[in-house]
This record gives sequence, C-alpha cells and structure tokens, in this order.
Amino acid sequence: MVEATGVSGFEDSVGHIIHQVFSTVADEVTRDTLGNVIALKRGEGQGRPTIMLAGHMDEIGLMITKIEEKGFLRFTSIGGVDQRTLVAQEVKVHGRRDLLGIIGMKPPHLLTPEEANVAIKMQDMVIDVGLTPEEVKAVVSVGDLATINRKFIPLAGDFAAAKAMDDRAAVAAMHQCLLELKGLRHTADLFAVATVQEEVGARGALVSSYHLKPDIGIAIDVCHGDMPGVPDQDTAPLGKGPNLALGGNIHPKVFEKLSELAKEHNIPFTIDPVPGPTGTDAWVMQITRAGIPTALISLPLRYMHTSVETLSLSDIKLAGRLLAYFVASVDREFVEALLCY
Amino acid sequence: MLLKELSQAFGPSGCEGEVREVLTQALGAAVGVWQKDALGNLIAVKESTRGPKVMLAAHMDECGLMVSSIDKSGLLRFRKVGGLDDRVLVSKHVVIGSKRVAGVIGAKAIHLQKPEERNQVITLSNLYIDIGAKSKEEAERLVKLGDYAVFATEFGYLSESVVKGKSFDDRAGCAVLAEVLREEYAFTLYGAFTVQEEIGLRGAGVAAYALEPDMAVVLEGTTCNDLPGSEEHGYCTSLGSGPAITIMDASVVCDKRMIGELERLAREHNIPMQYKRSITGGSDAGRINQTKSGVPVVVISVPCRYIHSPVSMLSLKDFEHTVKLVKLFLRSIEGGFVL
Repeated sequence: MVEATGVSGFEDSVGHIIHQVFSTVADEVTRDTLGNVIALKRGEGQGRPTIMLAGHMDEIGLMITKIEEKGFLRFTSIGGVDQRTLVAQEVKVHGRRDLLGIIGMKPPHLLTPEEANVAIKMQDMVIDVGLTPEEVKAVVSVGDLATINRKFIPLAGDFAAAKAMDDRAAVAAMHQCLLELKGLRHTADLFAVATVQEEVGARGALVSSYHLKPDIGIAIDVCHGDMPGVPDQDTAPLGKGPNLALGGNIHPKVFEKLSELAKEHNIPFTIDPVPGPTGTDAWVMQITRAGIPTALISLPLRYMHTSVETLSLSDIKLAGRLLAYFVASVDREFVEALLCY
Repeated sequence: MLLKELSQAFGPSGCEGEVREVLTQALGAAVGVWQKDALGNLIAVKESTRGPKVMLAAHMDECGLMVSSIDKSGLLRFRKVGGLDDRVLVSKHVVIGSKRVAGVIGAKAIHLQKPEERNQVITLSNLYIDIGAKSKEEAERLVKLGDYAVFATEFGYLSESVVKGKSFDDRAGCAVLAEVLREEYAFTLYGAFTVQEEIGLRGAGVAAYALEPDMAVVLEGTTCNDLPGSEEHGYCTSLGSGPAITIMDASVVCDKRMIGELERLAREHNIPMQYKRSITGGSDAGRINQTKSGVPVVVISVPCRYIHSPVSMLSLKDFEHTVKLVKLFLRSIEGGFVL
C-alpha cells in the first residue's frame, strides 16, 4: 500500500488495492461517492450495534503548476509538506504515464556561502524528468500529481520506513482487525472505512460517518513517535503498543473499554492526553448527525510527512488485535450506556 | 550495464573495495595486468615498447557518510565524507557498511515545527540515521563506529537516453575508462581507477608518481547546472551538449595542445563538445599535473546534473560521445600526436 499512489482527492489507485485486500476478509466491500472504501463484516443476531473504523488512505503529495520552457516542472504541495524534505528527492510524476523525476539542486561547487545557509523554497524548486519539452508536454499536464519515489524499507527488528505510512498503517491495522475477527464471535456490524481526503480536511470521514450512522466511531491514525529534539510529552514511544487518546474528542467509556481490554489481553499501550482538536478523522466523526461516541487509536510514527516515516510493525498488529477485541465486546447494552453521562 | 553496476556499488572515499571488484570482474579479459598500490588505486596496465606513456584516470570513490557515534536510543550520529550539502541529507534512505544495513535520515514532523524553522537549514548536528535499533546495544550488533554509509539509490532510465543513479561523479568517468580499456593501443596505456578524490585528490597523485606518465587524461562526471533559476553563464555544462573539456579549474590549468587536439578531433568527427564554464572545484588533474617535474593533463567530463546528492542524471548520448572522443584522442597519439 505504501508504494501505491493516493494523494488526497486522487485515491483511486490505492483504493483499488485496498478494495481487493479487504474483499478477502470482509463480507462486502463498497466505494462511496467520494471514494471511501467501506468493508462490512456482519455480526450475529438481531438489533446489531454498528461500529465504524476510519483510517485514511490518502497521502500528502505534489501537484504540477507549470511546465517551464525547457521542460522542467514547477509544483506546489497537497497537504502539509516540509519544503526541506523535497530537496534531492526522486519523484514519480503521474501524467498520462508515470515518469521518473528528480527534484535537483545546485551542486555545492557552485554555491555561494549565503546560498548554502538558507532552506530552498518550494517555489524555487523544479522537477527534472530528463525529457525534451515536447516529450514532457505529450505526457504531463498542469494539475498532474507527483509523489516521492520511495520503496518500503525494512529496518532492524520490526521497524520499517516508507512514505504514506501516515495513514496506510491504519488501513493495515483495520485489515488486521478484520483478520482477527474471523476467530472471534461478535454481535456488532463492523464497517472498516479507508477514508479519502483526510490530509486536506477529513472530508472522507465526514460523509462516510453520515452515511453509515455508526453507534461508535473509532479513528486510527498516527501520532508523533519519540525522537531527539522533540519533548517526550509530545511523542509516544515506538514498539510499545498503540497509543490511546484522551480528551474532548474521545468518549470516556469507549476509552475505558479499550484500556480494560488491552490490559486483559496483555496488549501494551500508551496514553496521549489531547485537550483540543485531535486533527484526525475522529474530530469530524464525533459531530456527525446528532453526535457519535468516538475514540482515537494512534500508531506512534517518527518523521511524519517525510518520505521516511518510520514505525513499528508490531504496533500495527497490536492495534488491529485491540480493535478486534473491542468489536467483539460491544453489545446493545454497551452502546446504550454511552448515552448515560 | 557497467555504468549501472558502478553506480550501485558501495564506495565512499577510503572504502572503494566494491568498485574495484566490479571493475576487475567486468574487465577481466580486456586487461592483462592489474596493479594495486598502497592507497588502493587500481591500475590497468597495457604496456608497449613504443610511444609515449599515457595515463587515463577516473576516481572510484563517492561522497558518503561515516558513523561517528551511537546514541543510547540506538540512533546513529554521522559525519560527511566529501563535499555534501547538509540540505540533501534530509528524508533519505541510506545503507550502512558492506552488509548494507538499511537506515533513514528523518526530520522533525512539520506539525511540530515553528513556521520560521521551515526556512532554516537542518544542519548535520541535528541529523541522525535511524536503523530501527531500540538501544545502543542493538545498534552495535548491526553497525560499528567508522562504518561508511551511502545513499540507497537505484540506477534507472528516465528515457531511452537519460539515466539516473547515485555517484555518476565519478562512476561515469570509471565507465568511460572501462570502455576505452576494452581496446588495444600501440603505446603504453595506464588506466588508473583512483581512490579518495572527494576528500582531497589523494589517490591520483601517488598513482602518477609511480607511473611517470608523459601525459594524462582525467575522466570525470562533472557539474551540470543548466536549470531554471540559473543564468546561462552559470550552467557550467549543459546536458546533451556533448563531452565537456576543462580549460582550468581550481586545481589545474589544462594543456592547451591537448585541448586543441580534442577540439580538432571533435570537429572532424562531428562529435558535439563543450567547454566546462566554471573554474570552481578541483579534480585529480591538479595532482597529476604537479607530480614530479610536472605532467601535461586535460580533463574530459560527462555532464551530470545533481552531483554530490543522492541522485544524479546524465545523458547516455553524452556518455557515448565522451567514449568516442577519448578513443579518437588515443588513436591520434598512436598516429603521432606528441607534446
């Protein structure tokens, strides 16, 4: 999934992959008007509660704004891109066909000392696809997308790095949850939704939660992993299990249930107190229709919004397992109690 | 393709073993005698009893990184090998040591930055390599202090005639030299694949000292900055405009007779050529030129965009024209061209 393309608003390609993968573990998979991929796994019995999981499949990316006279491509960003992470990067330009390209820079031999001390601005960068202007114009149009050309990188132990781990890792966690549910009995109907356009405003979660009317909504996203130069209180450690958010965006009873189940099943977890907006799909799900009890499970991830987003694969598995136990634990009574403050 | 193999070989300055291996394997049949010296220069010797002694040189080493300490958390601090701009390091995939342990150089998430930070260069002291180790002990099982690292860049085609890969400076020169060595010449030819160019032109001087050539041709992959935002006079070289001949750089003034002959050959044989239009940066030519009582030299380069970064680009047409021009020059020596 992380090697596939799916910039916000243009998730077709990765959506197709997810559709196929979800089809192997769900009863039914559909796509809605905005492109959300919705997998349904039905529960047993009558009057079944519904739970919606949301993990976004879109990624940040680049969009071509101009083809220069000599065929170089100017671009802007879609979603929050740090311009400094783009320098000397290989990209794929998604024109009529995919082109390889390089965001190059002046070699050190030609730099003045002043030039070397400032970050290069995105508007001063170009993508070089190595073709003549005529060849470029035959393949690329203004408005075409580009993504960083990065393969999945296995690191030591269970760590791995890639682009778009934010938030395809959550889609992997939902897949794990669906797999685990094959071995568990559950009364709740589960909708696992790979959402679109989170990076530009959580729009996929908005319409899918409206449409599905879940009794409980849980967003799965990434949170900042521990790294030098960032205070501990702003991060969660990698490899110590999923991170459960607490705060206004989170229904206390759903949080409580998740943490109880984690302890019961020996699933390690950390807690992230979030006093305000979580900046995730959970934030919009909560105020959909007449209000939905929501929770947020996060996967600790280093170097967010770079092309080397790093995380622990076992954290993904553990998050999937915890979600499965949660789904299996929910009954009508639990759902009704969520309204009793 | 040899250029691909050379580009993907692991060989930062002082650690050129893999490049030596690729070259000796590839040229096994074409080169009868190989010499190696105390620094690790690899020299293909094609001796003859007649004519001048000509040295061709291309450096095997590339810019890279070296592990300088291992944090308690298992993250690796590093230093730069050769002239790398700090700004090209962020958000890259690297491999460490001969076992090619994978690592990434990350950066603080944009969400955690103050707006002014985004305009500041992330300097080496704030960068590290993350190999996924959770402690110093775990990291030490995979890497050790002094291990070299290079960018994990795959060679690839952007079109039929334009390729990308790491370290075309100077694996392009090595590949040109290898092609030239596949033929026989009626004078003594030394093909010197040198070490440690990027950290101070270290290998070429000692090789020239031992070989005592009558003249030398240095083969390079050189700066090509024909990009938007640069004035035409700052291009240095242009991609697709043929081999670039150096008149002078920071280390050398090239021999005018050799330049004149190359120009004549290019004109006569319809080979596009250009002059390198910048005098910054040095090359092995500087060391060779000032060896013993002096050696006439010239530098012929394949223009390469984005050298000293994780990924560079060159035109295979430029590459082929460079090979052709160098061969013609050697045939001209055979035909009696002397200094």
